[in-house]
Amino acid sequence: MTIISKFKAVALSAALSLSVALPAAYADEQYFPLQSYRVGPYAAGGTGFFGGFIDYLNLINTRDGGVNGVKLTWSEGETQYEVEKGVEVYERLKSNPGVAAWNPLSVGIAYAMIDRITQDKVPLITINHGRTDSTDGRVFPYVFPLLLNPYSETSGIVNYIASKEGGLEGLKGKKIVVLYHGSPYGKETIPIYELLAQKYGFELQQIEVPHPGNEQQSQWLTIRRAKPDFVVLRGWGVMNPVALKTAAKVGFPVDHIVGNVWSNSEEDVIPAGDAAKGYTAITTQASGAEYPVVKEIVKTVYDAGKGNLEDKKRIGSVYHNLGIVNGILNVEAIRIAQEKFGKRTLTGDEVRWGFEHLKLDPAKVEALGAKGLFHSINVSWDNHEGEGYVTFQQWDGAKWNVVSDWIAPDWALLRPIIEKSSEAYAAEKGIKLRTAEDADAVSTN
Amino acid sequence: MMADFDYLFFIEVLVGGLLSGVMYSLVAIGFVLIYKTSGVLNFAQGAMLLFAALTFVSLVERGVPFALAFAITFAAMVAIGIAIERTVLRPLTNKPPITLFMATLGLSYILEGAAQLIWGTQVHGLDLGIEDLPLEIGGVFISQFDIFAAAVAAGMVLLLSLFFRYTRIGLSFRAVADDQFAALAVGLRLPLIWTTVWAAAGLVALVAGLLWGARLGVQFSLSLVVLKALPVLVLGGFDSILGAIVGGLLIGASEKLAEVYIGGYFGGGIETWFAYVVALAFLLIRPAGLFGQKLVERV
Repeated sequence: MTIISKFKAVALSAALSLSVALPAAYADEQYFPLQSYRVGPYAAGGTGFFGGFIDYLNLINTRDGGVNGVKLTWSEGETQYEVEKGVEVYERLKSNPGVAAWNPLSVGIAYAMIDRITQDKVPLITINHGRTDSTDGRVFPYVFPLLLNPYSETSGIVNYIASKEGGLEGLKGKKIVVLYHGSPYGKETIPIYELLAQKYGFELQQIEVPHPGNEQQSQWLTIRRAKPDFVVLRGWGVMNPVALKTAAKVGFPVDHIVGNVWSNSEEDVIPAGDAAKGYTAITTQASGAEYPVVKEIVKTVYDAGKGNLEDKKRIGSVYHNLGIVNGILNVEAIRIAQEKFGKRTLTGDEVRWGFEHLKLDPAKVEALGAKGLFHSINVSWDNHEGEGYVTFQQWDGAKWNVVSDWIAPDWALLRPIIEKSSEAYAAEKGIKLRTAEDADAVSTN
Repeated sequence: MMADFDYLFFIEVLVGGLLSGVMYSLVAIGFVLIYKTSGVLNFAQGAMLLFAALTFVSLVERGVPFALAFAITFAAMVAIGIAIERTVLRPLTNKPPITLFMATLGLSYILEGAAQLIWGTQVHGLDLGIEDLPLEIGGVFISQFDIFAAAVAAGMVLLLSLFFRYTRIGLSFRAVADDQFAALAVGLRLPLIWTTVWAAAGLVALVAGLLWGARLGVQFSLSLVVLKALPVLVLGGFDSILGAIVGGLLIGASEKLAEVYIGGYFGGGIETWFAYVVALAFLLIRPAGLFGQKLVERV
């Protein structure tokens, strides 16, 4: 892409972010306001995720003529991953007709929107992130941390390490260090690691890396002295490659480092070069372009010159595939809601109902062309995560390779802890716990 | 119990900290160059570093040989220096330092945006061909890459010191730094001096960008390394290259030792703010920094 065409793309993006002339919502249009980030420190993740999401919406429009004839529309507002800009974009785009759901892919922006979207009765999707207790639909009717909340991620990682040690019993007496980003996101899992350490009898040390994480010499020297069996990397952005490079620098073996879901992308390993070879990380969606739905996107969208990614080599990358999976979940929630409320533009609350009945078993996932891309989802009115499965991938220096089966986190263990936290939040905010009947009462305007 | 004290580990943390400090100094030197001649804290130094590293790595990825990519990037940094002098500094000559500081703040956003617009937002790996594996010296593990970076920094300081002390233009820098009006009065060409000094800061940004880029990957976060240089400048003085080096060593060593030995008492993750605590403590004792020029005014 030339500089001029890039300039045009950025100018177009800016124009979109300022646009008031959004497509008019006819009876047959459903609109996605996108708080994207295509410039700034996290642009690599933003362009991948929103690129994948838009590519899937484009596929549905081009191949199927929309969802049962309802065309999908969207517009973008640039946030640079900054909370105040995210809220500004929300204020600018919220009044457009036919808003289906918000998908900011930012913990900070999502937190700032919870009260607002609850009042608006429009779903807020925080796929693979967000506050853990928003899993509890009794307290957070409009927030959906789809596929994986931070506690399930923790449980999945511990279960994976256990599988390397011959089962959960094998964890007894082992030592695990958690190296976490010094932010609310990084600290979210401190209590659950403590609880799991107590339950399974492993020794635990949790070490903070101050934001942004571009210096980790002291943390890794401490780790080397502690001689852990495994290090869990709960990083973000530049912290991840620096962790891998510093681990190599102090001689810690990379194949004993397990990354969390925000330490699992190409952007996290490529800058680390050889130091990342053998590194393993959790994921809810496999990377690669061999899945039928990704192939269809290439054929239908990219070959027609409508692809969203500037660089086609990024098709099938971790963030791109996450965007595609996010697209599948949003579209299928609309489809499910349409079956109940009619094949027309839905209200935000009707889409919320659709998300609360989003059940895609492995057979359905295969029918959608996503077998192997992700496992399944089973959302209900009170479980907004939807029991996502996780898998683990290892970086070989050029690409990620899946190295585990699909693993189920220990949901039964986690649910009471989540409920305790969400009920405390409800008490603090004076929120009445929702019932199944409440969830079925849907606002049509 | 002193008997339990692990001296080898202490030395390892100390040496690691000193070598990290050298990396901070590299960034700080860029600030010092601009401050010495114009009295401006150039907030755009981090953005220059990002721009230089991103330009270099993008050229290398397009098949341009290392040396040629270095030369082209340096030329680009000189061009930027000239553009900054023409469009920003010249119109603002004799304006208060805060005006110039705000101008550099704006410049940093423009450079960051321009870098992403031209070269894209992707993260790049940068391999300078130097192993970053530990080297064991007397039971202490030291990073080979950090030793290389320290040698580069030392070489750069030596060159700059010789340049300032023994060349005509270097002496002009010092004259301008002492008194802009007097320098103009004796016929020194301020625009040429500013352009040259911004070009020199561009070279420092390029070298620092490559070394930091090899460590972090070449990505937007590179512009944040300025945050590491600020306490170094407060401690060492804004107008002293020697101060930038000594300040970097002190900050690097103290923040690493603090993180390892007392971080646990504060919940960990203290090194970022601890560096500023050290800098502020020095500031209370020596307001101009360790090697900064004391401001003497007649009243």
